[in-house]
Amino acid sequence: MATHSVSIAFAGSGGAGVMTAGQILLDAAAKAGYYGLMTRSSGPQIRGGEAAAMVRIGTKPIAAVDDKFDVLIAFDWGNVHRFAAEIPLLPDSLILTDPSQGEIHAALLAYRTRVADLQMAALAKAIPGGRVNMVGLGAIAALIGLPIDTVVEVVSDQLKKKGPEALQASAAAIRAGAEATAGIESPAQLAPALPSSVEHWNISGNEAAGLGAVRGGVRFCAAYPITPATEVLEWLAPNLADLGGVLVQAEDELASINMCLGASFGGVPSITATSGPGLALMIEAIGLGIASETPVVVVDVMRGGPSTGIPTKSEQSDLNIAIYGMHGDAPHLVLAPNAIDDCVFTTQWAVHLAEALQCPAIVLSDQGMGQSRAVVDRPADLAFIARRVTAEANTQGYRRYALTGTGVSPMAVPGTPGCMYTADGLEHNERGTPSSQAADHQKQMDKRADKLADYDYGNHWADIEGDGEVAVITWGSITGAVREALDRMAERGLKAKLISVRLLTPVQPEKMAAALAGVKKALVIEQTHSAQFYHFLRAFYRLPAEVEVFHRPGPLPVRPGEIESKLAAWM
Amino acid sequence: MTAQAQTLTAKDFKSDIKPVWCPGCGDFSVLSAVTKALAELQLRPEKVAVVSGIGCSSRIPAYTNVYGFHGVHGRALATATGLKLARPDMTVVVTGGDGDGFSIGGNHFLHACRRNVDMTYIVMDNEVYGMTKGQASPTTDPDWCNSKLTPEGPGVTKLRPLNLALAAGANFVGRGFSGDPNEVARLIAEGIQHPGFSFIQVLSPCVTFRSEQRGWKDIVRKDTLKPRHTMAEAMQVLAEDDGFNTGILFAGDRPPFQPGQKAVTELAAIERRFAS
Repeated sequence: MATHSVSIAFAGSGGAGVMTAGQILLDAAAKAGYYGLMTRSSGPQIRGGEAAAMVRIGTKPIAAVDDKFDVLIAFDWGNVHRFAAEIPLLPDSLILTDPSQGEIHAALLAYRTRVADLQMAALAKAIPGGRVNMVGLGAIAALIGLPIDTVVEVVSDQLKKKGPEALQASAAAIRAGAEATAGIESPAQLAPALPSSVEHWNISGNEAAGLGAVRGGVRFCAAYPITPATEVLEWLAPNLADLGGVLVQAEDELASINMCLGASFGGVPSITATSGPGLALMIEAIGLGIASETPVVVVDVMRGGPSTGIPTKSEQSDLNIAIYGMHGDAPHLVLAPNAIDDCVFTTQWAVHLAEALQCPAIVLSDQGMGQSRAVVDRPADLAFIARRVTAEANTQGYRRYALTGTGVSPMAVPGTPGCMYTADGLEHNERGTPSSQAADHQKQMDKRADKLADYDYGNHWADIEGDGEVAVITWGSITGAVREALDRMAERGLKAKLISVRLLTPVQPEKMAAALAGVKKALVIEQTHSAQFYHFLRAFYRLPAEVEVFHRPGPLPVRPGEIESKLAAWM
Repeated sequence: MTAQAQTLTAKDFKSDIKPVWCPGCGDFSVLSAVTKALAELQLRPEKVAVVSGIGCSSRIPAYTNVYGFHGVHGRALATATGLKLARPDMTVVVTGGDGDGFSIGGNHFLHACRRNVDMTYIVMDNEVYGMTKGQASPTTDPDWCNSKLTPEGPGVTKLRPLNLALAAGANFVGRGFSGDPNEVARLIAEGIQHPGFSFIQVLSPCVTFRSEQRGWKDIVRKDTLKPRHTMAEAMQVLAEDDGFNTGILFAGDRPPFQPGQKAVTELAAIERRFAS
């Protein structure tokens, strides 16, 4: 039976070519007009550990991993059983195994899934230069109904540099794998791809955040590597340079954030990306950005915490530090993309807001989005480009922190004659002179709070979809799974409204009240152990009388079915 | 004569804000030396930025009439690095104390030396934390017992900033004494003109918590350090140095670190690579 989405897991030891097979499958799906999502998992070893590439392909945009996998194909069984919890299978799913490469572990047999043998090693060996992962890739393509020619085409594109022999070997291996599936019943055949007039992109969340930054006008980045944020920085390195910007590798996160502040003080929109431990180190300087009114954007690609936590797995548990981490009263922007393609928009918007409001912005992405790759519609171009209110040369009696109606004061860019001032993290008066006077403190605190509170954020503060007396309030990457769960509920005739909050601070109580008009009960969904988002909502918003929260920590992704059963029981 | 071409004096680089320093503090002289050096070089005030961290001497930016950034404790070199890399047209001077630069900011000091971005770092060294009322710093002698925090003395070997700067790769290394502001001004002017990272230690007495430092004026040996051009020679000099010789120790020829800023492509071309 044709289906709208299929999920495949490739697994094996490091070096077996698991990730390559997954990526080629995703690329081939994109070429054939499908949407897709690839998440990855690997053991803790730096190199050579077990790895899994998990690919979901479908006829519609895909924003979440599915509840189960249709096929698990293992090139060998090494330590693949460690992924058992991450690769849920059903009895009518299919495990493809090469009996020469070990036995299936009991943890996976427990799913009681149908098993078929595929002599991948032998087939590869029969072809000079043939590789097991290409045989497996061909088998998968055949089983799910992806045209083999398209797969071969994609491989040809990628192997151009390796010469005709490598190409021939791969093509032969793919075709051999495809032919070997004769007699194996397919667990799921893809429905034909739908025609689309929009260009499709193949992009990861971390690349998308980098692209959003440069679209927004960022031309400086100070970088310190950290999993799972490094790809944001690695994407920016060559691209910023090509655009005439600068990326510098810093000695630590204390340096990277302060370098960004220095560059931004110099008039150049700046960004850095990090994860929880790095964000913790940056917090003091983000406070400096707030006090000195220096724009900067920090992308926090969240991972399991606290401390070193689980660097390679996703969680939403940096919400509290992002919102409350600063000492003192420190109003600032916290935003969260809610899908891989939304990482472009939300990061671009964050740059725009940081520049317009002369204030640091923290963008909360997460490992689930950042390190996953999706085939999506090309993100639309938007007019949000960094625009800072700057001072005119030789402004008479220039006051950097002048009290204006909007709370935003013209910022003199160094080089501007006659407007020299000192940016300061000490409390100051309008001119910038350090001051511990009560009146100055009050006025400057008001200014820094009001400029954020009074700004018109339009309707980007949240994605609001559907209708009904029941609402689901969520945020971040988990939105994709919530959306899919709500779609399934709608097919069963159960309607609920989705509110996915993109602008976390400053809070938008009036807009939330309007969104919740007529809503009798609400379910809050988040991926934290301590229900951070729920407590945040309770503190700042008037919620319906009946509110419940569904929350659990990582490392396993929240799947639509989990939410669906929670909703079914609750609605 | 246009306004642009008018000759600037040290006074033009001073602001009207009164320093918070104690009467007799060495930092007054260093402030004068900074403004004197900027005037000597006839830099436009709007093309100069003074960046600092936290501490008595880190208050300097507000007392100058150039662009300034008074940031967080220990991170001035990072802030200044970002500014200079983003705005290579600016002259960047960093000021601070021994606690700010060698303790909380020690790691940034090492990496600023080896990164060799074209800027000048002036450390006013008084071997004490003054703003927090007299605690031992990394340059305090191990047997200094006048702090409530370490009444038996810090008991830790004192750091030798010039040795550290040289070993880490600073391209220009000098030492001055606040009691001789003209020499300090000359060192600063030379440091600003020398390409790459210039480090200048200025012995700047704290008359409140280290009143014995008033005696430095009798110990300091003026202009006894002459510029060496290889690390080996400079190291040799330091082997015999007691910390009270002043002058230029080292002037190297490493090219400064400044990644290019020439756009070679359009954003649209970058975006096309995502098309599947």
